[in-house]
Amino acid sequence: MPVADATEIPVAIRCRGLHRRFGQTVAVRSLDLEVRRGECFGLLGPNGAGKTTTIEVLEGLQPPDAGEVEVLGMRWSRDAAAIRPRLGVQLQESEFPDRSTAEEVVRLFRSFYPGGPTVDQLIDFVQLGEKRRTQVRSLSGGQRQRLSVACALAGDPDVLFLDEPTTGLDPQSRRQLWDICLAFRERGGTILLTTHFMDEAERLADRVAILDHGEIIAQGTPPELIRSLGGEHVVEFSATVPLDEERLRALPDVSRVRRRGAETLLTVGEPHRSLPPLLELITAAGGELASLNTHTATLDDVFLNLTGRALRDD
Amino acid sequence: MTERLHPLRELVRARVVAFLREPEALFWTFGFPLVMAAALGLAFREAPTEQAVVGVERGSAGERHAAALRASPEVEVRVLPPDSAERALRRGDVAVLLAGRDTLVYRYDPAREESRAARLLADAAVQAGAGAARPVAVREDRERQPGGRYIDWVVPGILGLNLMSTGMWGIGFGLVIMRQKKQLKRLSATPMRRRDFLLAQILARLLFIAVEVPPIVVFAWLAFGVEVRGSLLALAGVVLLGAMAFAGLGLLCAARPRTIEGVSGLLNLVMLPMFVLSGVFFSAGRFPDPIQPLVQALPLTALNDAVRAIYNEGLPFAGYAGEVAILAAWMAASFVLALRMFRWQ
Repeated sequence: MPVADATEIPVAIRCRGLHRRFGQTVAVRSLDLEVRRGECFGLLGPNGAGKTTTIEVLEGLQPPDAGEVEVLGMRWSRDAAAIRPRLGVQLQESEFPDRSTAEEVVRLFRSFYPGGPTVDQLIDFVQLGEKRRTQVRSLSGGQRQRLSVACALAGDPDVLFLDEPTTGLDPQSRRQLWDICLAFRERGGTILLTTHFMDEAERLADRVAILDHGEIIAQGTPPELIRSLGGEHVVEFSATVPLDEERLRALPDVSRVRRRGAETLLTVGEPHRSLPPLLELITAAGGELASLNTHTATLDDVFLNLTGRALRDD
Repeated sequence: MTERLHPLRELVRARVVAFLREPEALFWTFGFPLVMAAALGLAFREAPTEQAVVGVERGSAGERHAAALRASPEVEVRVLPPDSAERALRRGDVAVLLAGRDTLVYRYDPAREESRAARLLADAAVQAGAGAARPVAVREDRERQPGGRYIDWVVPGILGLNLMSTGMWGIGFGLVIMRQKKQLKRLSATPMRRRDFLLAQILARLLFIAVEVPPIVVFAWLAFGVEVRGSLLALAGVVLLGAMAFAGLGLLCAARPRTIEGVSGLLNLVMLPMFVLSGVFFSAGRFPDPIQPLVQALPLTALNDAVRAIYNEGLPFAGYAGEVAILAAWMAASFVLALRMFRWQ
């Protein structure tokens, strides 16, 4: 491996002041982003947050209304022909021809690139060896998604774009796809991923940007973002009597108090220090605990804390 | 082992495979023209030998000449009561009606060719029956010219029509479905050259032509004795050029629409005028002179004329060079325009 030039900043994707609107609706609002070479960067947000618009502008499939986009140090307006062969793209909702076999589809996409792995290597890499002669219409959702990734990898890309790669897949298929992504990153590849699954972002992404209403509302590594809550654990409870928020905040080790319907959520450092005083408080108020649940804080809690809404509506 | 994959070849292969694995598309492309040729052949094969149907109103001056009419082999006589005679004429059951109280009256619609012919045949029979002299001696030669029958003339028209409709529907629908399923968007995210993609659609069409056209030619020959008088090679060349011109127009129609409904409307808008104007079922020369330049410039008119020049007349290249130029111009212009206008998402 040649040593990188000291002056070269290892940035794969950079955008500044990105703006994109559709009619009256602003999809993306003055968005700044920097994805480093060799990292997996996750764009996390609910449906309609502007994730797909952002990733498609970065992929050169949509023009930005304002702002600058740089991919591998080049610009779409000038160097599209030089950028394309170095990217791998997996689109949300894109379908392959029903009656083509998996192998035929990979062959077709491989033929567009000047270099890259062989068709057999691509098929093996996404574990579709047994399904190579199966027509697309007979493949499962997970197999189609892996086929899609095989096509994205056909040109041995430097940057891989994945737009909601595991939406609608069963747990086993999701893990299979994650392993493929991790293997790609292991070889030095850069990944930009959109998702509305916090577990996917936590498992795959080195760094995450949380998107809401077309804006980045938080950015950092998953542990950093979780630490920003002020505690690593969340205590969810409901009581038969109303409790004063000020008194809850005064409990030991509690950094944040939020309400979600009948539930109260406390962000705490260590549950075993906060729970006994909480129970005493409820008893003193003449009530009882109706429900109690504690979990390690996740990116879902980060999103809830920032927006007051859940990442997903289920 | 490293195999080299050529994008153009892979794109053509993908298109052909998608088509061959779709049984319904196969029927409409290969079965339909044969069914149409057979139906038209049966409908028109006997037409020239049909008798003229002449009505005679009962009790009119016409009835006196019924015997003379019956003596003519070219006339079929129907004697009808006055009330139904009127109706039969209006409905076209009889082509001409012989009526009148004292003077014989021929009642017919001169706008109908069939009626004009029936009037002449009926008059000839009536005058001959009355002993009319024939000052000019004639002899009739009723041998039918090969290549001059209606079926000879209409088979090239069906060929042209088929090239137009399969080419434009096939390409137009295929591309809009690919756009709807975001396959085009996915392809546009690769370094694939856009020209290769559109060219592949046209080349795939040419492969289909190779299996689509010969059955029509062979069927017309076996079933109706329709023969190609000119060079088969020249015919193949003109058919391929025509197919490419319509493939180009299909690309152009499919360049923008996002829905099947949108592209269907556009295809109909383009094809319907040619269906009527371009001499598929009747000669394009029937349209008035002021619109002839337009009619002659249509790609289907050019294709039909060129195919007929080879098929029916056996003319050399000079006989249809103009039509070839028109087809080539349509092909080039529509391809270039489609490439510029094409919507990938």
